[in-house]
Amino acid sequence: MKVIRSMVLVSVDDASLARGAQDVFRAFLDEIDEFGLSDQVAVTTIREAGIHADTPLVIVYPDAAVYGPVTVADVHTIVEEHLYKGNIVPSLLEMMHAPAPEFGWMRGRRGALPVQTRIVLERAGIINPESIEDYILNDGFLALGKALTQMRPADVIAEVDKSGLQGRGGAGFPTGQKWRFVASTPGSPKYVICNADESEPGTFKDRLVLEGDPFSIIEAMTIAGYAINAQEGYIYIRGEYPLAYRRIENAIRQAAARGLLGDRIFGTDFSFHIHIHAGAGSYICGEETALIESLEGKRGMPRARPPYPTTYGLFGKPTVVNNVETLANVPPILRNGAVWFREIGSPKSAGTKVYTILGNVNFTGAIEVPMGITLREVIDIYAKGMKNDKQLKLVQTGGSSGTIVPASLQDVPLDFESFRNAGVSLGSGALLVCDEDTCVVDLAKVILRFFRNECCGKCTPCRIGTLRLYEIMSQISEGSASLAELDLMLKISEAMSEVSNCGLGQTASIALRDFMKYFRQEIETHIVDHVCPVGVCPVSERAPVLAPVP
Amino acid sequence: MEQEVTELDLASLVERVVGEHGATRDAIIPILSDINRVLGYIPATALPEIRRRIQLPQEGVFLADSHLYSAASFYQMFSLHPIGRHVIRFCESAPCHVMGGRQVIRALQDESGLQPGETSQDMKWSLLMTSCLGVCSVGPAFLVDNDIYGNVTPERVPEILARYE
Repeated sequence: MKVIRSMVLVSVDDASLARGAQDVFRAFLDEIDEFGLSDQVAVTTIREAGIHADTPLVIVYPDAAVYGPVTVADVHTIVEEHLYKGNIVPSLLEMMHAPAPEFGWMRGRRGALPVQTRIVLERAGIINPESIEDYILNDGFLALGKALTQMRPADVIAEVDKSGLQGRGGAGFPTGQKWRFVASTPGSPKYVICNADESEPGTFKDRLVLEGDPFSIIEAMTIAGYAINAQEGYIYIRGEYPLAYRRIENAIRQAAARGLLGDRIFGTDFSFHIHIHAGAGSYICGEETALIESLEGKRGMPRARPPYPTTYGLFGKPTVVNNVETLANVPPILRNGAVWFREIGSPKSAGTKVYTILGNVNFTGAIEVPMGITLREVIDIYAKGMKNDKQLKLVQTGGSSGTIVPASLQDVPLDFESFRNAGVSLGSGALLVCDEDTCVVDLAKVILRFFRNECCGKCTPCRIGTLRLYEIMSQISEGSASLAELDLMLKISEAMSEVSNCGLGQTASIALRDFMKYFRQEIETHIVDHVCPVGVCPVSERAPVLAPVP
Repeated sequence: MEQEVTELDLASLVERVVGEHGATRDAIIPILSDINRVLGYIPATALPEIRRRIQLPQEGVFLADSHLYSAASFYQMFSLHPIGRHVIRFCESAPCHVMGGRQVIRALQDESGLQPGETSQDMKWSLLMTSCLGVCSVGPAFLVDNDIYGNVTPERVPEILARYE
């Protein structure tokens, strides 16, 4: 069996190809063969390496060393020094910012990229996601084996509890506590549901795990089942993620074939089966009770709560619903211990978080770092600054249901406490960075349109509220609104957040309220002066509204 | 995608799909998904075909066509009427918008000659807006059928659409 210990990635986007990436790739294959490393080192290509001046890039994993620009002449040196002898070649590395000394508390890999602490994403992008052997070789199924053969269900729950793991889907509910509720609730059968409906705009962290490390979710769900005494699990994957579906399906099949899923796992009395279900395009199905309704074959309309899924869930039975990222933390916690997990992150927010960086920055993508990073650190260190040197105007944190953070608040640590302390939501960890060319009216309109489209229609405050808010914001952008409508929007927003049946209605207008708090003048300029300062709204095309004749 | 589906074709398709997923209420969405995938849409006549096969009164399952219509009309990936052979789904959520989406949708409209929601006369193209696709770091993004395109600039649009027959 081939045991790959290093992987070489050669960038083959158009710019790289124009500079000879094809020849570099071939040279690597030849040199690796020359050194007799073909059974240990894999070479592959990547199309999208981001924006780089120094292409072609060559990335060597697991060291995360980035070389560039690489010519055919450099290949022999890289293969001999780095792959054969194990020494990174500093002179050939791509020029990168070095992390500042105060960030030494971040543990991370060797290499030239800014440090990250990869727990959830430890294997994603490194191992072959379709190979159970690769997974096992990388500590796969160790945690499950330990749980089933050395721990009782109550011990598993205690360990997760002690670790301080909180839900990573956006709500942040303590995972150990949720498991304990369901374990101690009378009723049978019980269910474990993995919420893989990731639909919060800006969020794709779960997709990385589902596509890159699918076995970890299978293992984690089985551990959860053992802890709460459930024999069946469901994983609900959004319909727009067909690759994730295929990879999870494959993982289920391979695990079952090896006795690591299904009947009598690891030869013990514990059996657990996982069913996979695809969504069909609906943001609201990410809400746990709507998801359950959808699993039951109905419209994804959230239920009235209480009762919560922990007492009345799938088919009316006690159910644990966990996000993908939350579950991905469970095997490492069992392998390395709750104390290890607690030491990462901040006192009230243990562990790491996968943050996704989007918008008008130089480097977009996902990073995994200890809880509590600030926006300034994200933008300066990981995103390598604003694109085209534009000024930062605002960041929306936590997805479209998240808060607006003006540039003045960019030093707030992003964790579970930041909303309570400074009004900055963590949510799913999506960070949408907007520069000076962003019009708040235009952005508010896009956000409100999303909620109008995704509202399920069940409860009046949200069904009418999302529609009216979008209509008014459209009128503002077209120059046909009045100042009185700003107060009306705030009233509607208040009603929605207090009376809506579910989180969608409750959070749909958070961004609007923040825009009104920090950027009210810009909004009023659209109304009063018929001017869009940034110049994107069609407001300037309208003639000023004449005063009514008495 | 088929516009005229014969009664026999539909019945045998529903028979097969229900057989694969099970004649239970919680199989409704996978059943509708498969029909939507094969035919490009869910014909109204499919609903009673499904309902007939899932009526299990002895187990307390009483389905009306309206239950099926309720599910079929709720999910955005389903269509209740025939759409184009090739479907463009453009992400109109905030991240793609901030990264330059406005210019790309304009280019898509120009190139296809369609407004969002429209299908071309010759049934070749449909242009639909969709919510976040989950590839946000390479926005602006859109799907054509099952192919995803990221980092799209307006200049790339004609070449992308030209790939489809």
